[in-house]
Amino acid sequence: MHNEYGPGFDKVNVSFLSVCNYNDRMMTDAPRARPSSPLDLFLSFTLLALQGFGGVLAVIQRELVERKRWLTQEEFVEDFAVAQIMPGPNVVNLALMIGDRYYGLRGAMAALSGMLCVPLLLVLALAVLHAHYAHHPGVAGALRGMAAVSAGMLAATGIKLASALVKHPLPLWISVPLALLCVVSVVLLKLPLAYTLLILGSIGVSLTYRRLKGKQP
Amino acid sequence: MNDAPLHIVLSFADWLSLFGHYMLLSLLSVGGAISTSSEMHRYLVVEQHWLTQSQFNDAIAIAQAAPGPNVLFVALMGWNVGLNAGSYTAAVAGVAVTMLGILIPSTTLTYTAARWGHRNRDMLGVRAFKQGMAPLVVGLMVSVGLILGGANHTWATDWPLWLISVVAGLIIWRTRIHLLWLLAAGALIGWFLPT
Repeated sequence: MHNEYGPGFDKVNVSFLSVCNYNDRMMTDAPRARPSSPLDLFLSFTLLALQGFGGVLAVIQRELVERKRWLTQEEFVEDFAVAQIMPGPNVVNLALMIGDRYYGLRGAMAALSGMLCVPLLLVLALAVLHAHYAHHPGVAGALRGMAAVSAGMLAATGIKLASALVKHPLPLWISVPLALLCVVSVVLLKLPLAYTLLILGSIGVSLTYRRLKGKQP
Repeated sequence: MNDAPLHIVLSFADWLSLFGHYMLLSLLSVGGAISTSSEMHRYLVVEQHWLTQSQFNDAIAIAQAAPGPNVLFVALMGWNVGLNAGSYTAAVAGVAVTMLGILIPSTTLTYTAARWGHRNRDMLGVRAFKQGMAPLVVGLMVSVGLILGGANHTWATDWPLWLISVVAGLIIWRTRIHLLWLLAAGALIGWFLPT
């Protein structure tokens, strides 16, 4: 039977989250996967980046959380929050943080260059070819088809990440409306992202702060 | 495409100015480099005349269509500025100057902040920040999907693309199939769709 988050998903939750709680999971000895070397980081991030048509973020979630299991769903969400709030491209920031966690600065540079080097060469090659093929209807159609798959992937990843809210310190009747407000603000009202993050983010953070403080002995 | 090609001469001071400008934009690029693209347009196209309007538009469109992080549109702008200056050497220099400019400040800041946050991960404020942002992370991911899918707005002709998005989303939600298969299928179907 599938649970509501799909077949692969509950395995990740059960095997990791039951042994690692919020407080000690960074120090836990529970067996978990990790990159075998900086080269592994570089290659993994290169492959991730090459699958990301408009949505590298969702690919990171799928590959590193669901397939390789280097990160738990909650860790991914927390790291992403930091990567998003800092200046710079969020996926680049995320690569930096994940790489750093395993091999320090070396790992951060390996992940970062994996994310950028090969895709950079590819995009330059595309720019050179662009003049010749951009208006070929088949090529344009293929690109639109891939973008459509990416759009579905991003929305599905958001829905899957919602499972992290079940274990969240905030009750669902607060966290789910906050997530929905974020969608309304970004998609319908088209407010600048900085305002959305500032206003809804400070509500989320201060409510969470009060809950965590209330739970402390 | 309709713009006349540009022929520009860049002095060392111009390269330095380009680098400095991107370093500044890097610190302002909360929400990704694309959020500062209007300022890049003002600087490169309107003020300095280093890039034509269509080169600017194409840089963003190509980077969106290509795999990899969208920040690579910055590299394409640097590439074209260099080409306008007359050589492939200058184009490579343009890529290096713009990419290093947009990346060095933000990555340094993020790296330092993330390390500090990790060292102090038991601090109540740090935990509240990371966990308190979680609802927004979920909302943002859904939003980006809706915006990307919403680019196909003519319902009468674009409904097959919406169908692809919905089916892909369902498959990704329920299975662990490799994304490349889905992307390949999307490309194949897209190739034969009437435009």
